Amino acid sequence: MSDHIVPIRTYFVIFMTLLIFTLITVGVALVDLGRFNVVVALAIAGIKATLVVLFFMHVRWSSPLTKIFIAASLFWLAILLGFTAADYISRAWTPLGLSW
Amino acid sequence: MSDTATVPALQEHVHGPLKHQFDDIAQQHEADTLGMWLFLATEVMFFGGMFTGYSIYRSQYHEAFAAASNHLDLLMGTINTGVLIGSSLTMAMAVHAAALGRRRALIICLIATMVLGCGFLGIKAYEYHHKFVENLVPGPNFHFEGNSARETEVFYSFYFAMTGLHAIHMIIGVGILAVLTFYAWWRGFHPQNKHIEITGLYWHFVDIVWIFLFPLLYLVGHHEK
Repeated sequence: MSDHIVPIRTYFVIFMTLLIFTLITVGVALVDLGRFNVVVALAIAGIKATLVVLFFMHVRWSSPLTKIFIAASLFWLAILLGFTAADYISRAWTPLGLSW
Repeated sequence: MSDTATVPALQEHVHGPLKHQFDDIAQQHEADTLGMWLFLATEVMFFGGMFTGYSIYRSQYHEAFAAASNHLDLLMGTINTGVLIGSSLTMAMAVHAAALGRRRALIICLIATMVLGCGFLGIKAYEYHHKFVENLVPGPNFHFEGNSARETEVFYSFYFAMTGLHAIHMIIGVGILAVLTFYAWWRGFHPQNKHIEITGLYWHFVDIVWIFLFPLLYLVGHHEK
């Protein structure tokens, strides 16, 4: 339940972890990994966001209904990103003639 | 109520934390939390539209976005990320203090969060100022060396729109914190009162938006320098 009281120590551990991940992501950005640079950067951002949601926002101790709300928002975001990307990626596959 | 009644107990007497439409305090907490999460779900879509637009244009203008990104101040961006994560820590500690009914600690943590939030906005303003001086603000005075000036202007349009919208959320957040600090100082919060906690959810969400903005805006082009 939301009444769960998290020890202050946990918050400091998460805070330090977030700072370390920030330094890692800056460090990795200076190394040339080609197209994997953006993949690594977004993966680290995803880990950081997950830590904030689970511990700072107490979702780890939240009710199942709260978790469903969060999953739903991510699902709609995936539709937005996925369908738009599918459109732009597939445009080059079938070149349309001027007569179309 | 005895004379030694603490501030929280006094507030419960004046108007208790349980609103009449709820069966019990647990149900009320659930409703408070879900209401904020529902709002945050709409915010995910709000910022999501901008992230989608950014992704499409970045895939089209890959080199221009990398070149434009390299003109952002990486050091300032990194410091600001640290400042914002620090403000999330103090916000989490404020929620902790509120849940335990520690009024003094709550006020200190809320003020620390506001100070860090304003520090973030100050560094952001400094960066904006530099972009104005360097003529990197989209519009008639935009100037970028190289043959893809129009494409880099698109990057800076996204930069100002996304960080600007984020900054507006920060300003609103600091405003809400100021009101809560006043109430905490004036009459204290009952530990069962969830104002601090749901404001914390909003504050952490704004932090998460920055966690994604930082790599996408500041880091995407550095390896190609």
